[in-house]
Amino acid sequence: MIAPSPAGRDRPANVRALSAKDEWEETMIPGSFSYHRPASVADAVKLLSDLGEDARPLAGGHSLVPMMKLRLATPAHLVDLHGIAGLKGIRRDGNNLVIGAMTTQHDLLASDEVGKSVPILNEAALLIADPQVRYRGTIGGNVANGDPGNDMPALMMTLGATYRLEGPGGAREVAAAEFYQGAYFTALEPGEILTSISVPVPPAGHGYAYEKLKRKVGDYATAAAAVVLTMAGDKVATCTIGLTNVHETPLLAADAANAVIGTSLDATSLKNAAAAAEAIMSPAADARGPVEYRKHVGGIMVTRALQRAAANTK
Amino acid sequence: MNDMTPTREQRTAALEGMGCKRKRVEDIRFTQGKGNYVDDVKLPGMLHGDFVRSPHPHARVKKIDDSEALKVPGVLAVITAETLKTVNLAWMPTLAGDVQMVLADGKVLFQNQEVAFVVATDRYAADDGINKVVVEYEPLPPLIDPFKSMDADAPVLREDLAGKTSGAHGPRKHHNHIFEWTVGDKELTDAAFKKAEVTIKEMISYHRTHPSPLETCQCVCSFDKIKGELTIYGTFQAPHVIRTVVSLIAKLPEQKIHVIAPDIGGGFGNKVGAYPGYICAAVASIVTGKPVKWVEDRIENLTATSFARDYHMTTEIAATKDGKVTGLRVHVLADHGAFDACADPSKWPAGFFNIVTGSYDFPTAHLAVDGVYTNKAPGGVAYRCSFRVTEAAYCIERAMDILAQKLNMDPAELRLKNFIKSEQFPYHSALGWEYDSGDYHTAMRKMMETTGYAALRKEQAEKRAAFARGETREIMGLGVSFFTEIVGAGPSKNCDILGIAMFDSCEIRMHPTGAGIARMGTKSQGQGHETTWAQIIATEIGIPADNIQVEEGNTDTAPYGLGTYGSRSTPVAGAAIAMAARKIKAKAQMIAAYKLEVHEDDLEWDIDGFRVKGLPEKFMSMKDICWAAYNSVPPGMEPGLEAVSYYDPPNMTYPFGAYLCVMDIDVDTGVYKVRRFYALDDCGTRINPMIIEGQVHGGLTEAFAIAMGQEIRYDETGNVVTGSFMDFFMPTAVETPHWETDFTVTPSPHHPIGAKGVGESPNVGGVPAFSNAVNDAFSFLGSTHIQMPHDYWRNWKAAKELGAVA
Ligand SMILES: Cc1cc2nc3c(=O)[nH]c(=O)nc-3n(C[C@H](O)[C@H](O)[C@H](O)COP(=O)(O)OP(=O)(O)OC[C@H]3O[C@@H](n4cnc5c(N)ncnc54)[C@H](O)[C@@H]3O)c2cc1C
Repeated sequence: MIAPSPAGRDRPANVRALSAKDEWEETMIPGSFSYHRPASVADAVKLLSDLGEDARPLAGGHSLVPMMKLRLATPAHLVDLHGIAGLKGIRRDGNNLVIGAMTTQHDLLASDEVGKSVPILNEAALLIADPQVRYRGTIGGNVANGDPGNDMPALMMTLGATYRLEGPGGAREVAAAEFYQGAYFTALEPGEILTSISVPVPPAGHGYAYEKLKRKVGDYATAAAAVVLTMAGDKVATCTIGLTNVHETPLLAADAANAVIGTSLDATSLKNAAAAAEAIMSPAADARGPVEYRKHVGGIMVTRALQRAAANTK
Repeated sequence: MNDMTPTREQRTAALEGMGCKRKRVEDIRFTQGKGNYVDDVKLPGMLHGDFVRSPHPHARVKKIDDSEALKVPGVLAVITAETLKTVNLAWMPTLAGDVQMVLADGKVLFQNQEVAFVVATDRYAADDGINKVVVEYEPLPPLIDPFKSMDADAPVLREDLAGKTSGAHGPRKHHNHIFEWTVGDKELTDAAFKKAEVTIKEMISYHRTHPSPLETCQCVCSFDKIKGELTIYGTFQAPHVIRTVVSLIAKLPEQKIHVIAPDIGGGFGNKVGAYPGYICAAVASIVTGKPVKWVEDRIENLTATSFARDYHMTTEIAATKDGKVTGLRVHVLADHGAFDACADPSKWPAGFFNIVTGSYDFPTAHLAVDGVYTNKAPGGVAYRCSFRVTEAAYCIERAMDILAQKLNMDPAELRLKNFIKSEQFPYHSALGWEYDSGDYHTAMRKMMETTGYAALRKEQAEKRAAFARGETREIMGLGVSFFTEIVGAGPSKNCDILGIAMFDSCEIRMHPTGAGIARMGTKSQGQGHETTWAQIIATEIGIPADNIQVEEGNTDTAPYGLGTYGSRSTPVAGAAIAMAARKIKAKAQMIAAYKLEVHEDDLEWDIDGFRVKGLPEKFMSMKDICWAAYNSVPPGMEPGLEAVSYYDPPNMTYPFGAYLCVMDIDVDTGVYKVRRFYALDDCGTRINPMIIEGQVHGGLTEAFAIAMGQEIRYDETGNVVTGSFMDFFMPTAVETPHWETDFTVTPSPHHPIGAKGVGESPNVGGVPAFSNAVNDAFSFLGSTHIQMPHDYWRNWKAAKELGAVA
């Protein structure tokens, strides 16, 4: 028999070391592990390469530690990234906003630069969990985790962000849209660390909205949609739509976006967009609702996000 | 008298007695993190135990191999049913007259059932040990749906009961049947239905949920081999009963058992019963000679220790065309899980469910309850309600709305038409209770006037029209609930637990300086007893509440009592407190008469002392009497000022209330908003209005959670799918609606201070108000009854089935 995930969430597919017997275990006490606190990215990369499969980077710990308590993750080594200077911070680099991986969700909310240039990041960060989680949880951990329930990945895809990954073989840039391969499966190679995220700043006056349906504060989305668009007169000129927690990876809803480009978001085009978005969703049935419901509200989130984004263009 | 002499008002206020919004004295330590909970108890050499639990809902246990576990550093012992058999403790009796496995004995009967207990030097090692215990199972078909439990081919769950055709509550009809309980006049009721102009019938389910206190169940057991004494620190709502039960099952002399319930972080019924963790920790302490701590984690609490509700109530009402009820017929299918571990008074297999006639004057009624076994966790505790009263209140309040809908009558009007009238009290209900007092019409009308009920109905009609025109996707519901509770178990004539009458007790000792200590058989879990008990004494004997130290929970020092649950503390212990205080006062009067050199009858009580009638300056304060009690008592009188009362209540008390919930639901997403919630409670005499308000806020929040999503759900293969607060709906301050509270006061005529108890009313009355609001919102689309819980997706599903969404 498959044990239900006690947290009511699917067992992460790539949690490398499952409990010894890979069977039922009911616990909220983590197994033993050793703790490392490197002072540089190079040291961290070296540690992760040397320690191999059993080592995991530790950022805010708000995704990893709950899994360790349930022993769904049993890393033998934690490589804490908090000791590395330079992984934290938000700066403007030309037309990009560069966010260090260890920047917390609270830091995003507190940043005037984010509020000014990419306000949707602000809006979405405020919908993540609660203040305690946001004080610890990092943007790097949020996007690197590969959890389809996390809000930042779909948003990063919508914004066309790229991730900087540093590993034993040097540094490389991967587009957010290329990063997610499956639930908890990402483009991260063994020994690699995500060090920063580069977000192209959307054009001034753009419209944006992140619509997230959740059951309560602290819950992951039943379905959520991110929209960034620009208008030419009363018609949609450009539009990108991202979807959270309706598939094993975050999604870009290109057909849905195409369905509204050139329209004035009349009832028919909104309906077409929702239908196109629903067509690519394949959520799991869980306590948030059956598949049919999660898709249906996913479509509604798209509709509402489009309407609100159009309304707040300047 | 000079200007400095306090006025009567000032003297009364200085006492902070009954009616005063006294600040909770316990909060001084709680808000500073200085409470002392079980997990704060750390004894020298203490070990930690934790359970290996079953992944299967139903399986044979073929083999338990602990050899690898015992090699884990720090693991000292693995206790199994075989170990327990050596001390005759593999099974334990339940409060409901059944027996329950402490550890899996040959079979497991629910997912997460306790299979082995690993004892180690710390909690981490214990969990590492659990990981290494290898259990070989042979899965058996699980029985999850209670409606299939009595099918001819239903799997046999309880092999230990083979051949037993009767149980603790009479004959058993089937191998998965526990009891049938019937009340009322069947013939008369059937006749009423035959004659009825209008009838309704609906299967109304109250889903399985869980009390989920913030602090989970836990204990520390310490056995002293030299003295032969067992000390148990535990999260016990009924510490004295726990001691007696331990004495009976462990065959230890009762005086050698010390049960201490320190501060408790919420109970709500979850901490009434005895759990395998307690037994295993005690046995582990005996085996190892060291103190052993057992602390449940959240998953264990939600999935293994007592659930609540799981009642499936087929309900019929007979009525006249103009809406006068003439008969009530209810059949309940009660899902008790794998063992009948309900915490009800022993003679009441379905608690006080026969309060199901509610606030209405039913000339006749009949009730039958069938209890059945399924492969689910045992329990069936009163989650912030008197035994099964919440289920009963939900059943009748939902059914009255269904009847109103059928008659095309306003639900409030139908209730007003059928209420028991104030002049009918004491009222004898068709199902056997004697309601002590009530004034339902006044309470209902006050609710309707304060909330602007008529205007809200008008607004609803307009919104419905707008919905029909396609102008809005929101529907509006008004949830009316008028509940009558039955609390204060209970009179010895009908209430006992394992043969112990359900009295309660108080002991007061006044010291020479006019300060005193009072101890009770109850146990606060957050209700604020340290505050309110002192207020009763303050008013009764004229000593400031601040000078009365209240102590509960230590069986060595507190008088024997049956504990705190079922809103019984104020009706029963509250009465004992007043009676003990009156004994103090009576002796004080004798001392005062002696000192003032008058006859006792020449004295009158005046706020905080005795005064000679007609001679206002001849006065002796209670404070001075306390001093005199220790040096100059009348000849022949014993010194000291101390009293004990064991109070056996003559009747239950019957708090009631009128609630209204105003809700808007977006049919496209099922998302609801509670726009308004008004709660009028009548709990008789009000001891501390601020604590009452706090209790009402807490209970309403639980009611909101239960009605709108909080459930323990099993999938069809027997997996619990709601094992954490991610999925078991625990509202935060953000989701919790704003509460408007109000009251009327109808004292209990038989209670010494007229108090009825309030802790559970909001949960009892709140659930139907929320559910009726949802049902009322959808009713114009053609539905009669939508089952709880009303979470978003189910609201959407209802809208879809009613054709409101494509
Ligand atoms: C109650 C609760 C509710 C929550 N609700 C939401 C929600 O609604 N939406 C949401 O988006 N999130 C939610 N979260 C998750 C939260 O935002 C986490 O903080 C976040 O997902 C992970 O960030 P972290 O810094 O805590 O990462 P960690 O937990 O430390 O790490 C997560 C994973 O990423 C890896 N990792 C971390 N940093 C890096 C890096 N720089 N490079 C490579 N790998 C890395 C770790 O090894 C680990 O596998 C919730 C968390 C909790 C506890």
